[in-house]
Amino acid sequence: MSQDWDTGRGSMGEYDRFRVVNRSRRRVDALKLALGKGTYTDDIAHTIDGLLHLKVLWSPHAHARIVSIDTSEAERVPGVVLILHHGNVPRVPYTTAGQGHPEPSPYDAYVFPRKVRYVGDRVACVAAESELAAARAVAKIKVEYEVLEPVFDPRRALEPGAPLVHDEEEATGICGYDKSRNLVCEMKVEHGDVDDAFARADVVLEREYEVPYQAQCPLEPHCALTWFDEDRRLVVRVATQVPFHSRRILARILGLPLHRIRVIKPRIGGGFGSKQEILLEDLPALVTLRTGRPARLFYTRQEELRSARTRHPQLLRWKTGANRDGTLVAQELEVLANTGAYGAHALTVQSCTAGKTLPLYVAEAYRFLMKTVYTNLPIAGAFRGYGGPQGFFAMECHMDEVASLLGMDPAEFRSKNLIGPGSENPLAKALGEGKEGPPQRIRSCEIQQCIARGKEAIGWERRGTFPQRGPLRRGIGMAALMHGSGIPGVDMASASIKLNDDGSFNLLVGATDIGTGSDTILSQIAAEALGVPLEKIVIYSSDTDITPFDKGAYASSTTYISGMSVKKACDKVVEQLKDAAWEMWQHAGDPCERSSLRHEDEHVRRPDGKALSYAEICLSTFYEHDQHQIMDHASHMSFECPPPFAAHFAEVEVDTETGGVKLLKYVAAVDCGVPIHPENCEGQNEGGAMTMMGYALSEDFVFDGGGALLNDTFRHYKQFTSLDMPPFETILCLSYEPSGPFGAKSVSEIPTDGPGPAIANAIADALGIRFRKLPITPEDIRRAWRERTEPAASAS
Amino acid sequence: MNVELTLNGEAVSWESEPHEFLTELLRRHGLIGTKRGCESGDCGACAVLLDGEEVPSCLVLAAQAHGHEVTTIEGLGSWERPHPIQEAFVDGTAVQCGYCTPGMVIAAKAYLDRKGGGPLSEREARELLAGHVCRCTGYVKPIAAVLRAAEALGDPRSAGEEERA
Ligand code: FES
Ligand code: FES
Repeated sequence: MSQDWDTGRGSMGEYDRFRVVNRSRRRVDALKLALGKGTYTDDIAHTIDGLLHLKVLWSPHAHARIVSIDTSEAERVPGVVLILHHGNVPRVPYTTAGQGHPEPSPYDAYVFPRKVRYVGDRVACVAAESELAAARAVAKIKVEYEVLEPVFDPRRALEPGAPLVHDEEEATGICGYDKSRNLVCEMKVEHGDVDDAFARADVVLEREYEVPYQAQCPLEPHCALTWFDEDRRLVVRVATQVPFHSRRILARILGLPLHRIRVIKPRIGGGFGSKQEILLEDLPALVTLRTGRPARLFYTRQEELRSARTRHPQLLRWKTGANRDGTLVAQELEVLANTGAYGAHALTVQSCTAGKTLPLYVAEAYRFLMKTVYTNLPIAGAFRGYGGPQGFFAMECHMDEVASLLGMDPAEFRSKNLIGPGSENPLAKALGEGKEGPPQRIRSCEIQQCIARGKEAIGWERRGTFPQRGPLRRGIGMAALMHGSGIPGVDMASASIKLNDDGSFNLLVGATDIGTGSDTILSQIAAEALGVPLEKIVIYSSDTDITPFDKGAYASSTTYISGMSVKKACDKVVEQLKDAAWEMWQHAGDPCERSSLRHEDEHVRRPDGKALSYAEICLSTFYEHDQHQIMDHASHMSFECPPPFAAHFAEVEVDTETGGVKLLKYVAAVDCGVPIHPENCEGQNEGGAMTMMGYALSEDFVFDGGGALLNDTFRHYKQFTSLDMPPFETILCLSYEPSGPFGAKSVSEIPTDGPGPAIANAIADALGIRFRKLPITPEDIRRAWRERTEPAASAS
Repeated sequence: MNVELTLNGEAVSWESEPHEFLTELLRRHGLIGTKRGCESGDCGACAVLLDGEEVPSCLVLAAQAHGHEVTTIEGLGSWERPHPIQEAFVDGTAVQCGYCTPGMVIAAKAYLDRKGGGPLSEREARELLAGHVCRCTGYVKPIAAVLRAAEALGDPRSAGEEERA
């Protein structure tokens, strides 16, 4: 560890001084929500007079050119007001990816395409007086299609002569775009002399892995309401993670000046990345613009599963060179990803697959090769973890395989090769957000502690001691993980804060609480910085007319980036409070040293014990002396992206007769810096991990031969339930991140990286069979077990 | 047609169409605590009590509620006096996005009422939440909240009146 590099260990004493952060306060919004009074997007629909309801006609074909659309019969359905389709809506290429400007995703989407590219693509949209009338009219729209040959297999998509998903003229930003291929983007990144390193390694192992589609499944479906305000500005109330990106992208699609649009984010019922997308608000917005009337679109669960966004399926090839003493020498990862019909987040998700994983272990040389292709299947996009879960499944399974090849304990093998405080990230530069990234060097890092404490909690020493007979087999597996905190050099957030005459503060943030608890976290940060109780902070978040800018709720950035903007704004207000108090004492003929003033317990205090409360200061500055509003604002952007670290452990019992896997226990030990709200951090771990237990064992997309999703209901898309969730232990391994607010770094995405590999490794430990494809289903297990135990039977 | 029911203890008489579901009827009248997550009976976000039994209101026609008692999340507790189950969810950080919370609270209420006191096992807590999809919490804290609520309700001293520690 280098001497002059602050790794946060010197600041650990701060813990004892915290009053509001690092405490599990009541979440500021929880009671409202538990009472059923939280107003989500759709919860005001019944109060809007003259509301038009929208229904979309979706493509029944995976690949087809629209020859004609006949809406005459549909228009005659009573209550129908407007029907939109490609013939009457301007064709503006854009990306639905809700990313910063300029979005590193291709402009390959249109409000209505002329060629449909998957089952569930938009064809037309009806606005009517009721949902029923709109649905009836949708059924009466006559569309003539010229059905084209589809392509479903990403390997096939790259072959010469494969059907072309995007052959239109207008699309831009398709990397290496050449019309003869379905290639969306590709990357080749190398560090060190890779071939030489592999040649010198004692052992080289190469394996292939495969991960499936996964649906985000926010419990609140996508929804948007639009109307004109009294100044005829367009108001968009939408379930979004990215209100400011929504406003910017809408302005482009609608051809409206940006200042004529106001985007409001109300309560959000979960997003998990699916709402980092300008998915549906363009349609009601167009209806309001054309009719002058308020409009509403609310996705059904089936629409949500078919036509929203998903996790990119990938084929991964991992190759490792290591020496007999257990030192890693070289790592190579090749990814072939399927982005489906459109390329939202295609480049950045896949670059994170390498960026989050490869640097975790120190090696002499690295190589990353990536191709992402279009197919005629559902659209992939942002999903909590953002490429990490795919990469960690491959890497952490692979590390177990390498350890076993070397005859080493998998935990020990990992510990020997992990990065630590002071380590440089050799790939940070090459794997930036669609451009060169800033260099990264690790400050806080307690991954070794995560592994040590996780091992103890799961009972790692029992691994390998379970009886190898009978139908039920036990195993224990682990995975080591890291993620990021924001997009360095890109993500910016801001906050403003003002003092009220009872000593309370209004905190305005662009940050978007989608259920993550960020309204609470940011209020805690403000309260801590100002020296007031949590109740004295009144937070209002994300309304493009009222709050300052924030990039949005994604990339694990809110606590780290938005939190720092809040802290900076509060620190400035503290200085103003001290100035005003000093001035008041001066004016009263009782002067003091400005530099001797402290702030604490809602007061500015002098060393001689005299104090002025924030309320007194505010009343004076409002009405009496040196009159002004005490208020300030601040922005924050970071070139650093401190990774949180974690070690996950799973214990399983596999029934070799049914193929069923029972999770007996799960442990997630995480270093997220200082947990601002420890119980909330636990909740993030529990929820993030649970989602990915489904990824490991039960969630998948099942298509019919024509590319239509068959399991498009909650009954058939199998998420984990309260009955499946195993006993779960979160261990918060404290560190202090010097570049974060009160030592915090991110926590929301890292738990999604672990369950895939930890569970697969536990199953491999239980059965001695390695599964390299998710989900690992009972059928897979039965088949593999039979092949192993009754080779003759399987051969016949 | 007219649907007459006892809603959260008060008699109401509302105009409805034969094809209208109870979720819609309630939400049209401002009872927005009853959520829509799937409208196919698979997620529990729309749960209400029909004569004290938990039902997914998205599968109950408004007309089927005619002459019955319906209790929604709004009928359980208030700002001034939240129900002990609501308190337990809030204090236990079991509310993340909160979209599933009303349904889970209703489920706990139905189960605990039916059981009429006595200790609740962890298994029972898991089972009563089994029809409720929550993508945020991983169920750990909701299960704990239900157990805490059962304890609070089972304790005659608290009976939902006192401040919880
Ligand atoms: S909305 Fe009724 S069960 Fe999902
Ligand atoms: S808290 Fe979001 S679905 Fe349960």
